[in-house]
Amino acid sequence: MSDILKPSRRAFLRGSAAAAAGLTAAGAARASGPDPLITETQDWAIYFGEGVDATPYGLPIQYEADVVRRNVEWLTADTTSSINFTPIHALDGTITPQGCAFERHHSGAIELRKEDYRLMINGLVDTPLVFTYADLERFPRENHVYFCECAANTGMEWAGAQLNGAQFTHGMIHNMEYTGVSLRTLLTEAGLDAAGDLSDKWVYVEGADASSNGRSIPMDKALDDVLVAFKANGEALRKEHGYPVRLVVPGWEGNMWVKWLRRVEVMDGPVESREETSKYTDTLADGTSRKWTWVMDAKSVVTSPSPQSPITHGAGPLVITGLAWSGHGAITRVDVSKDGGKTWETARLAKPGEKMALTRFYLDTEWNGEDMLLQSRAMDETGYVQPTKAQLREVRGENSIYHNNCIQTWHVKPNGEAENVEVS
Amino acid sequence: MSKSLKLFGGTALGTLAVLTMSVNFADRNIASFPDNPAVMTAIAAPVVSSGLISAANASTSAGEGKLGLGRAALPEEIAAWDVDVSPDGTGLPVGSGSVEDGEMLFSENCAVCHGEFAEGVGNWPELAGGEGTLANEDPVKTVGSYWPYLSTAWDYVHRSMPYGQAQTLSTDEVYAIVAYILYSNFLVEDDFVLSNENFLEVEMPNADGFIVDDRAETEYPIWRTEPCMENCKDNVEITMRASVLNVTPEDEAAAEAEKVIEAANAVTETEAPVEEVVAAVEEPATDAPDPELVAAGEKVFGKCKACHQVGEDASNRVGPALNGIVGAEIGAVEGFKYSRVFDEMDGTWTEEELAAFLADPRGYARGTKMSFAGLKSEEDIAAVTAYLASFD
Ligand code: HEC
Ligand code: HEC
Repeated sequence: MSDILKPSRRAFLRGSAAAAAGLTAAGAARASGPDPLITETQDWAIYFGEGVDATPYGLPIQYEADVVRRNVEWLTADTTSSINFTPIHALDGTITPQGCAFERHHSGAIELRKEDYRLMINGLVDTPLVFTYADLERFPRENHVYFCECAANTGMEWAGAQLNGAQFTHGMIHNMEYTGVSLRTLLTEAGLDAAGDLSDKWVYVEGADASSNGRSIPMDKALDDVLVAFKANGEALRKEHGYPVRLVVPGWEGNMWVKWLRRVEVMDGPVESREETSKYTDTLADGTSRKWTWVMDAKSVVTSPSPQSPITHGAGPLVITGLAWSGHGAITRVDVSKDGGKTWETARLAKPGEKMALTRFYLDTEWNGEDMLLQSRAMDETGYVQPTKAQLREVRGENSIYHNNCIQTWHVKPNGEAENVEVS
Repeated sequence: MSKSLKLFGGTALGTLAVLTMSVNFADRNIASFPDNPAVMTAIAAPVVSSGLISAANASTSAGEGKLGLGRAALPEEIAAWDVDVSPDGTGLPVGSGSVEDGEMLFSENCAVCHGEFAEGVGNWPELAGGEGTLANEDPVKTVGSYWPYLSTAWDYVHRSMPYGQAQTLSTDEVYAIVAYILYSNFLVEDDFVLSNENFLEVEMPNADGFIVDDRAETEYPIWRTEPCMENCKDNVEITMRASVLNVTPEDEAAAEAEKVIEAANAVTETEAPVEEVVAAVEEPATDAPDPELVAAGEKVFGKCKACHQVGEDASNRVGPALNGIVGAEIGAVEGFKYSRVFDEMDGTWTEEELAAFLADPRGYARGTKMSFAGLKSEEDIAAVTAYLASFD
């Protein structure tokens, strides 16, 4: 039955001559003979499939087994303080399934039962409070779709093209529909009179895990759109995303989206925790570093074709697709270049851009079978245009690690393979 | 935006915005409220945000919008969780510790990963050195060369280290260890004693090395332009390729996935009953261990994972790989560099020996590199032993 499997992507990537020849030969469909998949009665048309009791909670079918999170072992000393990547090259639409949405932990994904969950609000509040999980479910709820991008996404690419695949260069991102209570509601419940003038106040948020991952957030953001979330894409958060409760900080770097949220403290100033001094600060060429670079600027990437998603059908109609997003608001336009940025065409947005959420774009085009240097360039509602890597380097140098939102280039070759490259 | 407005019914938001903005830059000891990029640059954001603040001030004073949910936090509870320390020393508990004590504590609790001199082992973070390298091609960022505040080091070590055993150090131990980290960075002398009283006197070399996010001034004006669509450059050349470095794990990962598919496929092809396949994988042993105990042991092994691996592909990390360790010779895992005491020990890891070691590693083998306090409960020891015994 192995013939029902798609040709192996790996075999293709290996550059196996036979595979490549077979794949690129495909043109307009002309059958060389009757297709046995049609003329012969197949097993699945004769026998039963699985019953409804076979899979109480379903996973993707086995044939999609390569659409999984992956990590890069050499990046970190240990997988308990590490990162893996969303397989964005193989997904479409905008919502990221929880099961393949990237994870980043600083001391592993803990298991914390709802019954054992407590959230404390303290500091400059009228009454320091403790909430149980059940308490949280009694506050008015909101639903919002937001992207969560690690500030280090594309961070390995500062000094040059390094990792060969959109999953690895741009996969520290996911986009989910969250259900939760606004942080404003909870702060109001504790009372903010004690804080006096709120304009210079902060909240410090921390998790229940061993890392605690504490971060300071200025009060105006805390009162604006920050969400204390307990559901994602309709179901409970996964443990790796902070079950039972995580913080959602729309448009701002993923490290601030504290998981296993256990405490919110209203404070006079920022704590300047390890995660906002040693890490998540961006060193410039002269050795000074920017801090409090919270917003994720506009960014986009072509997810297919890309190194892990080569063109397997030869010349002719081709769908170029990708994702765009901005922490400053909605994406208004995405342009695509096939020649490394000499000329650009405006792509079609699958839906009008939504604030601080992923936007899917398509360029429905005709491929002539020649080399392409594929790029995408996002624009957001503030008029910001995604910069090139050269533009970013000119301002920042090559050592800022975080916030690399440069235009990405894939070199698509005549055989359909694609490679991560840098162009002049 | 409209949602916020509805909630707080704000009027005259513009005026409020001006008022609150003007106090943003008050001279403060701790960094004052930032020249916030989100606020300053997002279209119309300052109005909304500051309006929210004023509205929140107004609405809470009237006790509006409260549902009476939750309960008051008790002082003991706040004390247990509110342990963060700010740059001005707020939150520091009373206590002290010397470089001398810190050296010993660091060696016992931290050196396996961070090195005896805090220089870092392998891929684990270095905590010392790197002075004057921040503008180099490869900056070395450590507590000494990079961290602007000493409070951060105290807070982080106290809250999150040692890795895998966070929150097990006493207040004085943290003072001593932080003193030692300062000493490793040549920032204090060897007779230095750090305490809550002299804490703010320590000068951090890179304290002035940070600026607040200035993208709104240095970048946004340049990049908020009408983009070029045609003849944007004369000529395009590939200047670098990922394949040159060849560091992408794609192949192994794809191979893994393929194996899964192939295995699944093999099952359907030969139409072998699923039970048979499972049985073959699980290998029923004659004295099969209690699966519940093994499962419990897997949980306990979470405490060991920071340093040990077990199972297929397990390799030596901070500690040796533990495949087949039950019944094996002590200190004999190939390729692992043991402490002297381990090198000199003879014998085998019977269940009894293991139990004694795991209950009190340092008591059992004085001078061991395994900086682990030990497992308190006998059930945990039995469980983790059963779990380890399930790998050979
Ligand atoms: C088992 C290995 C291990 C041990 C033992 C350990 N650490 Fe760490 N340490 C780490 C890891 C891993 C990180 C990075 C964690 C992360 O990514 O969030 C870290 C980070 C740190 C940092 C921050 C480094 C930076 O540049 O941000 C400090 C400071 C630190 N450890 C101090 C200590 C001290 C003090 C001890 C002993 C009390 C200790 N560590 C014990 C593994 C260890
Ligand atoms: C902080 C790191 C660390 C942690 C946590 C840790 N170990 Fe170890 N372990 C080591 C090191 C390092 C050694 C080597 C000891 C030496 O050379 O002194 C070791 C040695 C051992 C040995 C002896 C191996 C041999 O080859 O003789 C066993 C068994 C063991 N550990 C089991 C455990 C178990 C079980 C746990 C969890 C309950 C655990 N360890 C937790 C670091 C650690």
